[in-house]
Amino acid sequence: MEVSFKVNGNAVKAQVEPRTTLSLCLRDHLKLTGTHVGCEHGVCGACTVIVDGEAVRSCLTLAVQVEGRSITTVEGLAHGDELSPLQAAFRRHNALQCGFCTPGMLTTAHALLTEEPDASADRIREVLSGNLCRCTGYVSIVEAVLDARAAYGGPAGDTAHGHAAAATGGAGR
Amino acid sequence: MKPPQFDYAAPATLPEALALLAHPDGDARPLAGGQSLMPVLAFRLASPRLLVDLRRIEGMDRIDIDAQGVRMGAKVRWCDIERDARLRTALPPLAEAIGHVAHYQIRNRGTVGGSLAHADPAAELPGIAVACDATIEVASVRGTRNIAAADFFQGALATALEPDELVTAISFPAWPAGRASAFEELARRHGDFAMAGTAVWFDLDAAGRAHNTHIGVIGASDRPRRLTAAEAKLDGQVVDARSIGEAACAAAGACDPADDLHASAAYRRNLVGVLVERALARALAGTRGGLAAAGSTVNRSGESH
Repeated sequence: MEVSFKVNGNAVKAQVEPRTTLSLCLRDHLKLTGTHVGCEHGVCGACTVIVDGEAVRSCLTLAVQVEGRSITTVEGLAHGDELSPLQAAFRRHNALQCGFCTPGMLTTAHALLTEEPDASADRIREVLSGNLCRCTGYVSIVEAVLDARAAYGGPAGDTAHGHAAAATGGAGR
Repeated sequence: MKPPQFDYAAPATLPEALALLAHPDGDARPLAGGQSLMPVLAFRLASPRLLVDLRRIEGMDRIDIDAQGVRMGAKVRWCDIERDARLRTALPPLAEAIGHVAHYQIRNRGTVGGSLAHADPAAELPGIAVACDATIEVASVRGTRNIAAADFFQGALATALEPDELVTAISFPAWPAGRASAFEELARRHGDFAMAGTAVWFDLDAAGRAHNTHIGVIGASDRPRRLTAAEAKLDGQVVDARSIGEAACAAAGACDPADDLHASAAYRRNLVGVLVERALARALAGTRGGLAAAGSTVNRSGESH
């Protein structure tokens, strides 16, 4: 079957089987391998993409279901070589290690902060509970998301704290 | 794993969808958000010949609230329920339980109809449906019928649905102001399926006695169910620490959980007792008249210790 939709602002077409998941379509058909596939049954959150502004698990969505929709993947967050404020905050806070979960963390947090720029630490933790990270741990990830809120129009991050956290993280390596 | 092969159709109307589901070759399954069906396919627990995608069908995604109660179309998503502030008074147990349903990304796609048809024994909506006397509306080419939630769920992942039937809506009777209710659950990770959970409600008369007590549990049996033995301990009684304790004890004894990877049956039984006790105490404290009674409960329980 042919399916047409938008990815990161570009109109795309792909020939897929009905059973092709959106994650597989993005990675294998459209060669957008930034979207990672972990569990393939909706538990780990690594494959999260944004469909018409809403974070969804692309392994639990068929490609044919997004006909005519607009998808944002992790590749769509940066402006060319310039990291988005959220990505820059992840870097500052050492919020990634192996990087496998990072695309899902970034897309989930981007959808959240776009909708709720003033999300509290508790709200951020609740939302990110759907994304598993098996190496860095969640503290630095939550700190990075808190720090990025200002760029979405939310409360200004505590930059002194942010720098301190980054310095501590660096010294620990 | 990748899902098995299947054919796919996205009809524009409900009659077309029902005709596809009734195909004589059989084994067609409806697809809405796919948040329960897709994992089932990924595990190859089912291999339907045809998926009938409901995404183009209009008018099944409304939440209607009137004097008759709450009616939700099968395509209403968890995030729609979460955002609808009217439900906090129109159906408080659902408004309270919704925060426990699944994770952020899944709440953006998972639907009411999908959850009911999937019938996971630990899922919240089926539990609320049974505890709150809901009616499930189903349709097929043969017509429509209404099924009481208590009769709809027949076991783990088993329902009263015929193979050609589609859940179209769920409706709940009107909720009077002042009714006491609470929802409690314990999950290993917020948003995961409950290890056990309970929805409770009762009406209080002027003397502080409970009537019409409903105690529903999830994750404590092969299906969501009411614990009538526990309800009987509270009905007609003044709601206080003693009657709540007796009802909780009866609830623990009345459920029939199974051992599994996450908890033993004995643990789950104990958990049901604890959750029912917490929920009843909180339901009582939440009623205006109940505040004073809750205060006296504390005193009474303080004296008895």
